[in-house]
Amino acid sequence: MKIIFNYLIFPGLFTAVCVGLLAGWFDRKISARLQWRVGPPWYQNFIDIVKLFGKETIIPRSSRWTFILAPYLGFLSIVLAAVILGKAMLSPLESFYGDIIVILYLLTMPAISMIIGASSSRNPLASVGASREMKLVLGYELPFVLSLIAVIIKCQGSIQLGSIINYQISFGSNIFSFSGILAFIAAFFAMQAKLGLAPFDISEAEQEIMAGTLIEYSGLLLAVYKLIKAVMLYAMPLLLICLFMGKDLGWVLLILKYIGIVLLIVLVKNTNPRMRIDQALRFFWGPVTIVAALSVILAAVGL
Amino acid sequence: MSIKTKALTKSIWVFHVSCGSCNNCDIEILDCFTPRHDIERFGVQLIGSVRHADAILITGAMNRKSVPRMKKIYEQAPKPCVVVAVGQCALSRHMFRYSYNVREPLDEILPVDLYIPGCPPKPEAIISGIVKLVEKLNKGK
Repeated sequence: MKIIFNYLIFPGLFTAVCVGLLAGWFDRKISARLQWRVGPPWYQNFIDIVKLFGKETIIPRSSRWTFILAPYLGFLSIVLAAVILGKAMLSPLESFYGDIIVILYLLTMPAISMIIGASSSRNPLASVGASREMKLVLGYELPFVLSLIAVIIKCQGSIQLGSIINYQISFGSNIFSFSGILAFIAAFFAMQAKLGLAPFDISEAEQEIMAGTLIEYSGLLLAVYKLIKAVMLYAMPLLLICLFMGKDLGWVLLILKYIGIVLLIVLVKNTNPRMRIDQALRFFWGPVTIVAALSVILAAVGL
Repeated sequence: MSIKTKALTKSIWVFHVSCGSCNNCDIEILDCFTPRHDIERFGVQLIGSVRHADAILITGAMNRKSVPRMKKIYEQAPKPCVVVAVGQCALSRHMFRYSYNVREPLDEILPVDLYIPGCPPKPEAIISGIVKLVEKLNKGK
């Protein structure tokens, strides 16, 4: 019963979707203000989802089942990641051993579901988007994993979110050490790419390949993809808070940290043009990986 | 009024098709999204794929090449979807009326829900058109 409550209501589905959609509105509003516009009202993203539920869902004459099931695969796994994360932050002692590795895998699932869905839609532009998404995953996973390793080494080799938080409660946040700040920078860029926002919105590049991976999706299935984006926007900043700023996790400070990270994402999104896929790969495998590797070395030395 | 129509009128995603226009109407449509007439306030968004569209904006005189493509695009859009004709060319073929190339006006090809006249229409005219469209949808189409 408690597990179902956790999955469906509190750290899980309902909360994740609501917070994610509000963060999505925050993104749109701040972008609008930066461009000297007014921006949509706060309930705009909720209305978009409700509207998409009421629209017709068109399924192309292709591999129907993978096309229909791919969004649900991504949605269920990202919600599970959000639940594990939320539980670990609520009660650090209850988290299970090795959950950081489970979360690492679950956070890759939305990208994989997009690749599956896009390639089963048999649309040439969608397949271009899928191939770009695949390359981007290859690009950002390496620095992301390296920065996680830096955090794990820093926290005396524990691969449990709860004990990482406990370590930070007793020894101070990771971000205030040399290795911590470098790992945070690398993980931040990886997060930007995972969320699919500019400068890494290559797979959905609207001006080049229309909607990229989402081009054939409509109605309910598109709404599920929008919800995946929303839950990602909930889970990824929380993971970063958990790994790098885990010292004070009171409600007010947690919300302030969350808003701060989302604000940083939006500012980076609005001030950078979209990269080409080769530039993005070079960026991730070059500077970002070097920074992440440096942080691993510094963490091993003990800085 | 059902929640479905309410949500539809509050978030209209627009797919923009130019079938042989001189590009003026298209620029005026983009003007609606600039700071002065920010219509994202009302939830209107330009989107890239016709599968996401709630409204198809058509500009330009429909020539022989673009008519079959236009029909295909309309069939691909998920219903409910409205068709909006923007500019004099889309309304009445304007100066191309007696051209060998432009045989029929738009509303003989597709069911048009809203006409926005002008050559090109001002952004204000487009916004007032959106308001009329919302009123029409609320009354029940």
